[in-house]
Amino acid sequence: MNRSALTHFAGIVIVLVILAVLPHFLRYHHQDFLIFLVINILVVSSYRLVTLTGEWSLIHAVMMGVGAYGSAILSKQFNVSFWLSMPLAGVVAGSVAALLCYPLFRMTQFYFLIGSFAAGEAIRLSWIHFIKPFGGTSGVSGIPSPELGNIDFLEPIPYFYLVLIIVTLCLFLLYRVEKSRVGLTLHAVHWKAPLAESVGVNTWNYRSLAFITGSVFVGIAGALKVHYIGTVTPKQFDIGFMVFILIWVIVGGYRTFYGAIIGAIVLSILDEAFREFDELRPAIYGAILVFAILFLPAGLESLPQRLREKFGRSGAKEAG
Amino acid sequence: MELLIQSIVNGFIQSGFYALAAVGLVLIFGVMGVVNFAHGELVMVGAYTVWLLHAQYGVPFLPTILIAILLVTAIGALMEQFLFRPMRGDPLGGLICSIGVLFILQVVATVVGGDGPSKQVPPPYEGTLVLWDFLRVPYQRLFAIGVAIAALGLLWYFLTRTRLGWALRAVSQDREAASLQGINSNRISMIAICVGAAMAGLAGALMAPLTNINPHMGHNVIITAFIVTIVGGVGSLSGAVIASVLYALFHTFVTTYFNGTVATISGLLIMVLVLIIRPTGIMGHRVSE
Repeated sequence: MNRSALTHFAGIVIVLVILAVLPHFLRYHHQDFLIFLVINILVVSSYRLVTLTGEWSLIHAVMMGVGAYGSAILSKQFNVSFWLSMPLAGVVAGSVAALLCYPLFRMTQFYFLIGSFAAGEAIRLSWIHFIKPFGGTSGVSGIPSPELGNIDFLEPIPYFYLVLIIVTLCLFLLYRVEKSRVGLTLHAVHWKAPLAESVGVNTWNYRSLAFITGSVFVGIAGALKVHYIGTVTPKQFDIGFMVFILIWVIVGGYRTFYGAIIGAIVLSILDEAFREFDELRPAIYGAILVFAILFLPAGLESLPQRLREKFGRSGAKEAG
Repeated sequence: MELLIQSIVNGFIQSGFYALAAVGLVLIFGVMGVVNFAHGELVMVGAYTVWLLHAQYGVPFLPTILIAILLVTAIGALMEQFLFRPMRGDPLGGLICSIGVLFILQVVATVVGGDGPSKQVPPPYEGTLVLWDFLRVPYQRLFAIGVAIAALGLLWYFLTRTRLGWALRAVSQDREAASLQGINSNRISMIAICVGAAMAGLAGALMAPLTNINPHMGHNVIITAFIVTIVGGVGSLSGAVIASVLYALFHTFVTTYFNGTVATISGLLIMVLVLIIRPTGIMGHRVSE
């Protein structure tokens, strides 16, 4: 293990330790916040996998909902245990994504964006329209929480640990995928599609693969979310939430694995801090988004380097 | 039979609104290459202006329409100047900026109009035209479709009969070649977004007395505009207008015989189908790289 990998590993361990003790110092309502934050980290990281091929889909929030509805219906109507319905949520979301691949990946860029938006809206409106089994606008409620020995997963702290373990595992897998041969090919498909094709890479397959894998993980995130809240509604996965995912990824920076996670953390904390300005919050978000894209196009992740360059240069000037 | 004719007439009147909202989106995308996600919110601002000035402060209806158009045009011009121009050549950046604007406009509307139930504007033109005893068309709707047709006619005249309109079409076909001909593409972009925003403002103002006004009304508008734009063929204004008429008729029929959600779902599915089978839409043509 070389030095950078070692610091890397140490950093992750420190973050995990901090996260593990953090909820004990927080009030109830902030513990909830922390649970959703960790789930959202999985959401943005899985979205990042989809965007690796350069296609910005607008269906990711709905795919999360597909997993959430899948797990909710399985566990409530078919009495499937959480431990089975949660991974199945990933399978359900992945299968729906696989079905959508054929129409969606006939398009690229602008058309893909609009096409994915349309497909997502159609799915979401179906949840509203088909009262059975989706429950219409009010959705499905009374989703059972996980059961394991005598641990009470209705309490935030046990559920937080559950989420933390599953999300850490998923992030590890996502990271391995990105750094694998497949992940590198995804980068190639994004930046040099014709070249990749010319050396025998089937770009269609790789785009689909990224889309399906990302959907599997976000489906799991959806299941984690609704088994805690106990209710799933179409509103939770509307274009508004999709836009939040986009904002987190873009403000955080989409060029590295950590960028999106940093974006989700920083913006969620800011959002929490602005809680008292309730109705103004979307506008604050909007303004942050516009400023970020205009003045920090590479995202928050590029901030340390930009600061270093700036101060480094002024330092050099003084010396000169 | 009577229901059928009534539906056709209702659908046709609705199509004027769809067309006004969609041509702006098409124009902005064609000339600037930016998907303006905030376009529905521009329509919403137009409607709010009428609600605030006409319904709250009693300003006559016609001047409020003009004010709505001017206000929305100004917002469009600001967006071009400060957001889309710096983002030129980065379609994703432009899209993200417009999403930011979308949020800001929604909050401004909430602050101005307050939360709570949707707002209504009492129709300035009362009464209903009754034809053959069964066909009922409120004068307000006749006025709306009349003005919409006039505005679209003016736009058509501008684009096909004036030098500026030619320049605008030239830029949307090939920005670089247009620049080589001495066309100032930044100026043309500004004109395109102003015209597009003005159409959106007009759409909102005309529909204000006929619809429920709330900060989130732009959502349905943008979905409709997307469907119409794609089905009509991206970049084709005549396609967008034809698709508006077809889609409005379709939507009205399905809403009348089933319900609104089914209508929107099937509209979205038709759009996905068009994207798969004929991505160039009904009036579009293949653009070579």
